[in-house]
Amino acid sequence: MTAKHRSWLGMALIGTALALAPIVVGASLGNAWVRVLDFAALYIMLALGLNIVVGFAGLLDLGYIAFYAVGAYLYALLASPHFGIHWPVWAVLPLGALVAGIFGVLLGAPTLRLRGDYLAIVTLGFGEIIRIFLNNLNTPVNITNGPKGIARIDAISLFGQPLSKSVDFLGITFSGVMLYYYLFVVLALGIVFVGIRLQDSRIGRAWVAIREDEVAAKACGINTRNVKLLAFAMGATFGGVSGGLFAGFQEFVSPESFGLMESIMVLCMVVLGGMGHIPGVILGGLMLTVLPEAFRHGAGPMQQAVFGKVLLDPEALRMLLFGLALIAVMLYRPAGLWPEPRHRRELAK
Amino acid sequence: MAVLLDVLNLEVRYGGIAAVKGISFAVEEGEMVCLIGANGAGKTTTLKALARMLPSAGELRYRNERLDRMASHALISRGLALVPEGRGVFARLTVAENLAMGAYHRNDGGVVADLERVHELLPRLRERRNQLAGTLSGGEQQMLAIGRALMGRPQLLLLDEPSMGLAPLMVQKVFEVIRAVAAQGVTILLVEQNARLALEVCSRGYVMESGCITLADSAAVLTADPRVRAAYLGE
Repeated sequence: MTAKHRSWLGMALIGTALALAPIVVGASLGNAWVRVLDFAALYIMLALGLNIVVGFAGLLDLGYIAFYAVGAYLYALLASPHFGIHWPVWAVLPLGALVAGIFGVLLGAPTLRLRGDYLAIVTLGFGEIIRIFLNNLNTPVNITNGPKGIARIDAISLFGQPLSKSVDFLGITFSGVMLYYYLFVVLALGIVFVGIRLQDSRIGRAWVAIREDEVAAKACGINTRNVKLLAFAMGATFGGVSGGLFAGFQEFVSPESFGLMESIMVLCMVVLGGMGHIPGVILGGLMLTVLPEAFRHGAGPMQQAVFGKVLLDPEALRMLLFGLALIAVMLYRPAGLWPEPRHRRELAK
Repeated sequence: MAVLLDVLNLEVRYGGIAAVKGISFAVEEGEMVCLIGANGAGKTTTLKALARMLPSAGELRYRNERLDRMASHALISRGLALVPEGRGVFARLTVAENLAMGAYHRNDGGVVADLERVHELLPRLRERRNQLAGTLSGGEQQMLAIGRALMGRPQLLLLDEPSMGLAPLMVQKVFEVIRAVAAQGVTILLVEQNARLALEVCSRGYVMESGCITLADSAAVLTADPRVRAAYLGE
């Protein structure tokens, strides 16, 4: 079997596993867990977007969730009874990506000279500004409906079929969460593909050069200003797309979904998985979505079985275990769980 | 010989402090010129201003173009390459990838031939081509930084403290490479604290002191100058 055959076989296996996952999970663990998978796919998309900014270009962004918020609110405003506008998803998502990209440039432009901790502080401020705006833009003109958020958002609907309603196909009932799963996975695969192509492109090389040494990158003829802005814009675009999907999926958005903790969470996915390494980031996104849920569901019954009663509140225990897991990974695998292989192929012969 | 680089009243300020106070000098085609001086004299600042990494006042002419109106990333395609202070190799890229980055702006067919030339000049880089640049020794990293600059096929090479932090034997090797590069017809402007070595390899030199050029002459005259001997050659 040649390498090409093997990689096709691998892809076929992954594809089959991805296609069967919601059916198996739904049948064995229930639809709540398919919903967790939906969120995992959303977070993976977010993490892949942040990976461009943090992993490839080395720009520490603590306000990344702002782009998710921009995408989500744009969807909410253009597809809900709030303004009485009901645009279809294929119009709103690209627009959300574009608007988020513009916000990315808006964030990038004033921070071009900043690096490291300084950049982190400014991006953190940016993230908070967006959240506070969303919280307060209900007066004098009600745009975002303030802290109450926007409800009754149109569910994402494809080919006239709203994904929130279940469909019978080949004798299997596909519930709404399963349909969303397939949409999210297809889009996540698209983002993975774009990410891989970017990484191997001239732009990807320029990002890495900037990450490693900005002065040397300039001396190599890289227009660092444009390339950095592009990193912010590309990352923000991915965030905008996943934000739009989030709004359509939840059918509700409010500012509290877009706090600093969310930015940190996405950053953890990137760092924990392996900065700059796409499979690692996917693993990080999957783990940090699924494991906390597993703790939440598992911790209570487990204590009941071992001690006969619940000693520690599962919610508190969840954060404790989560924190310990992060510390352990950073101590024993500082490059992440699945970092980039150190020995690369030769670039030029 | 035609003047390649002409600097007129270059002034660089960090906030209110003038680090370079209106200096003028020139480099002719094919020359090897050094800028020597103590720590904090403004040598590196001068070089950074030439490479457009710092805003400056005054006129910088390279061939018939005004450098001071150009962006730093536009210089390499005009044949002006900087080897930055502290080497600035891309640590998490391999040696081969580092060298390829040096040819980033090029799309002519000569890159492969130039890589061969760099490998001939710096055989160690060929041996280590698949190794990450961050794992090289300091001297090898300096060689890599020079090799990467050469991949841009420069006419004028700006070298910032190539001897910094290297063992004496390695310094000798680096300077041999610099000589060999000059022998291939590349004009070199060298900034060095190691005045003795710099004056040995260069034909002319400028001495900088707290932001001004205080002496300018041929290397032989400077080496013989009692002030230079006292201040920089440790005699």
